[in-house]
Amino acid sequence: MAEKGSFEIKVGLAEMLKGGVIMDVMNADQAKIAEDAGAVAVMALERIPALIREEGGIARASNPEMIRAIQSVVSLPVMAKVRIGHFAEAQILEAMEVDFVDESEVLTPADEHNHIWKHDYKVPFVCGCRNLGEALRRIGEGAALIRTKGEAGSGNIVEAVRHMRQVQSDMKKLTVMGQDELMAAAKEMGAPFALVQQVAKLGKLPVPNFAAGGIATPADASLMMQLGAETVFVGSGIFMSDDPAPRAKAIVDAVTYYKDSAKLVEISSGLQSAMKGLDMSEIPEGERLQERGW
Amino acid sequence: MIGVLALQGDYEKHIHILDLLKIQNMEIRYSRELDMIQGLVIPGGESTTMTDLMGRNGFYEPIRNFAKNYPILGTCAGLIMMASSVPGSRVKPLGILDIEVDRNAYGRQVHSFTDQLPVQLNGRATQIPSTFIRAPKITRIAAGVEVISKYQGNPVAVKQDHHLGLSFHPELDNVTLFHEFIFKKQLMDKSTPQHHAA
Repeated sequence: MAEKGSFEIKVGLAEMLKGGVIMDVMNADQAKIAEDAGAVAVMALERIPALIREEGGIARASNPEMIRAIQSVVSLPVMAKVRIGHFAEAQILEAMEVDFVDESEVLTPADEHNHIWKHDYKVPFVCGCRNLGEALRRIGEGAALIRTKGEAGSGNIVEAVRHMRQVQSDMKKLTVMGQDELMAAAKEMGAPFALVQQVAKLGKLPVPNFAAGGIATPADASLMMQLGAETVFVGSGIFMSDDPAPRAKAIVDAVTYYKDSAKLVEISSGLQSAMKGLDMSEIPEGERLQERGW
Repeated sequence: MIGVLALQGDYEKHIHILDLLKIQNMEIRYSRELDMIQGLVIPGGESTTMTDLMGRNGFYEPIRNFAKNYPILGTCAGLIMMASSVPGSRVKPLGILDIEVDRNAYGRQVHSFTDQLPVQLNGRATQIPSTFIRAPKITRIAAGVEVISKYQGNPVAVKQDHHLGLSFHPELDNVTLFHEFIFKKQLMDKSTPQHHAA
């Protein structure tokens, strides 16, 4: 008897996305550009984070017709975002057979207390984190893929680096702890004990760990891969730049050849201006997307 | 030495299987590295992405030449890349297996599934767990292609000459059978590694 929607099958798709680039797209034309550049998946959303930041207002899950249009032009997995805690938006995306749901801090949260109980769905979920405790809480709720949050729409890699280093360092600490120290560690980071034990043993997350939030250049992609990301999400970095198609292609190549600096010179040459980006001091504390969710 | 194409996809899962079998292995990111190996795995992943990365990095002719002498195992996207024809798609296959493939024919991710699969290998029948992720269907097979497993009447594992193509992912279920079948034999036959000029 065939089994569908198990946790292993969900993580299985995340495994297939490794070593690739997942690109934010706002319409079918952009989705096509992403596919032609070699993206492993596209994230369908009505406004990329940089525009949400610029225009303000409530950011919600995308219109089903826009997602359908993208599903019809690309053969890649299509992902889409829902507001944190908005399980009805997730049910709608599942009914549309979206391949991955991103319960995302980029959209305006619907529930300030509870995230979605993701085990109830056949569709896999990806969630953001800033540290190991947050990652393990989301995995405990059923996330099949974790991405470090970074600061979406900033074009600034500093937060992505901070979060990836934090997760890696939190994991390293667990691996050198004795059994008798793990319960206190679980309490301190507010993470499910069984998952803390698992990370202490494996030295890595039980699901793939990707990077997001601020990647704008091939060098940014290489940096995140060298810091331990297994794939990168590029949001505003491609379609807010002056040269989306060649930049998208260059970032795809940079993820495969992230350790080869000679090749990275070649890959990075000939690109026009990257997105302008924001210094963190230009984003007031209350407007930082990474602080949404817990 | 067996190589695992590491341009994109679940190549680490295949390396884990080869490690379990104690088969020496290496990641392949440059076509020149094909000279160092006697067998190749093309992993699961996105076949459109692999098409681009293989094209931009000059892999097509070197892999076709490699295939004349050495075995290749492809799973899911790897099977698609090994096919002769993938209608209605921007994938450019290698033409190593004389089969036609329909990408994602089993549907989107919510239709991905696991099930027990009967396998006929080396004249022996066995059953294995199998995982199909947005899997391709083999829609046509030429004479000379041997079907070693069917699921609900459709071929899902095929062998031609020394090559093996699978619609599913034995690497996700720690199934070592296929890697052992095509590479152990090769390693024993060619115990002296063949050296080519680098």
